[in-house]
Amino acid sequence: MARVHDGREGWVASVQGRAGRAGDSTRAYAGDYVQIHSVILRPGERAPQVPEDTQKVPLELRIKGFLDHDACLGDEVTITTVLGRKVAGRLVAVNPAYPHDFGRPVPELLHVGEELWRFLGVRGGGKGEAS
Amino acid sequence: MIAGTSYAEVMARRQDIMKSAVGIDYEKFRTGAIAFDYEAMMDEVGYTLEEVHAIQEETNVGHTPLVELRNITELVRRISDPGKGARIFVKDESANPSGSFKDRRASVSVYYAKAKGYPGVIAATSGNYGAAVASQAAKRGLQCIIVQETYDSRGLGQPEIIEKGRACEAYGAEVHQLTVGPELFYVFLRLLEETGFFNASLYTPFSVTGIETLGYEVGAETLRATGRYPDAVIVTHAGGGNVTGTARGLRKAGSRHTEVIAASVDLSGLHMASDTDFNKKSFTTGHTGFGIPFATWPDRADVPRNAARPLRYMDRYVTVTQGEVFYVTEMLAKLEGMERGPAGNTSLVAAIAIAREMDRDEVVVVQETEYTGAGKHPYAQLSFAREMGVEVRRGDPGDNVPGKRIVIPDHPSQIRVKELSLPEIRKSYIRNALAHAGGQALSEEDIRFLAKDTNSSVGFVETTIRELAQVV
Repeated sequence: MARVHDGREGWVASVQGRAGRAGDSTRAYAGDYVQIHSVILRPGERAPQVPEDTQKVPLELRIKGFLDHDACLGDEVTITTVLGRKVAGRLVAVNPAYPHDFGRPVPELLHVGEELWRFLGVRGGGKGEAS
Repeated sequence: MIAGTSYAEVMARRQDIMKSAVGIDYEKFRTGAIAFDYEAMMDEVGYTLEEVHAIQEETNVGHTPLVELRNITELVRRISDPGKGARIFVKDESANPSGSFKDRRASVSVYYAKAKGYPGVIAATSGNYGAAVASQAAKRGLQCIIVQETYDSRGLGQPEIIEKGRACEAYGAEVHQLTVGPELFYVFLRLLEETGFFNASLYTPFSVTGIETLGYEVGAETLRATGRYPDAVIVTHAGGGNVTGTARGLRKAGSRHTEVIAASVDLSGLHMASDTDFNKKSFTTGHTGFGIPFATWPDRADVPRNAARPLRYMDRYVTVTQGEVFYVTEMLAKLEGMERGPAGNTSLVAAIAIAREMDRDEVVVVQETEYTGAGKHPYAQLSFAREMGVEVRRGDPGDNVPGKRIVIPDHPSQIRVKELSLPEIRKSYIRNALAHAGGQALSEEDIRFLAKDTNSSVGFVETTIRELAQVV
């Protein structure tokens, strides 16, 4: 499976990996587990209390389910969700990965444990500063 | 269904949609322009403590371990004045089925939904509550939909929220992932109309009475372990349910003199509905972006009358910084052998600062932990913050700037709390209440209600109203 990650810890939702069947990675087949995308509110339709930066962008929805019919990425499709409900939208990903992870160790935290134990005078080469 | 589905049309129907989706007639508790009978609502709609215990035992919620943090207590004593440094305990709520205290809230809502014959439950949440509702729904065989605010307009989501979405899916929920914006509520209302599911709101009496068992356990178990009720309980505060339910439970356990201290992560300056600010915060809940609005006007919730009314119950309200929370999360893992999620450790930061003010024979209890995992972890969250252009460095947490700089303390003695002024928050609440009354004359009942709801006095409310009239 192509695990697509943008190098960040976050997930770029529109990228897609392809599981299962070999072949054309832009094709999806009835029954595939997919993610679809739709615009709920366009800029200009947003709630009046929304700040300026958010007013300029649409309110978008992403949801997963099983594809009702063969399609290509970018097609308008319908899916059947895990609850058996039908939802329509644009096909954006087939069997999308969960790319979130533990990330890389953060240097600013790596010495905290050792510092605290040394302060308690328990470890870290004998007596700590407090003892 | 012939009703229109535009934003304005759906929002105009919100009261009716809500009424059928929670099955509570809130009108019957109204006693004035502002006033309503809070205790009657809690008694009539909610369940008794014994009933809640029974409901929760059916789905394995609660009875989590109360753990003494001996090494952290020792550390605190090393940085305190002689004779100071209270014993610190934590209620390990990560031991609940979906890994947080939110199972307590979800358990009662889902029980009620099942009893009333709803085919499923819906909750609007980007937090642990989604997994809790999904998990409880699975246990009781109900369908579940979770609506999450997940992405910014670039399609980027914080690792913590992505993990919570994954957890909801793991428990079998249908997860709707939206971009930033309060119109999430519109999507939520449309789904309630379409499905006829129960609104498992965080703010019903079911949700709040679900937390009373936590307060009760904290009171009773601390008494058993130490011979005294907790002198202080620190509660991470966002929407107010945690403070409200915990405080009510403590009272039911007979703990009448425990100081209830609310703690939130300081995210001042970041706009919660801003597409550009959205990914500059490392915490998705337990922060001032919810904590202050919900303290100063609880009825902004997704039900007409919020059962979470934190100003009634908080004796003190403090903030801590994101960097301190990550530092203490590391401390809890390294000194106590407990690796837990960062957001749940917000109140532990406050406890470390506050224990220093307290005597050695006193007891302070941190009333929650949450699970950790991919995405919900200091490494994942700090790496993401860096990617979003936030500076991460060691130093004095006083140099923290929400959205710009996260400062990991150099030393535990730098951990401190910032006090928020409760009188000022009470005044804000009264200002909001007057605005919502829309010029209607207030009765004596309304004034008495405001005094109770702000845990102040009739005199304070009257003086505040006079002051506000002069400002206008």
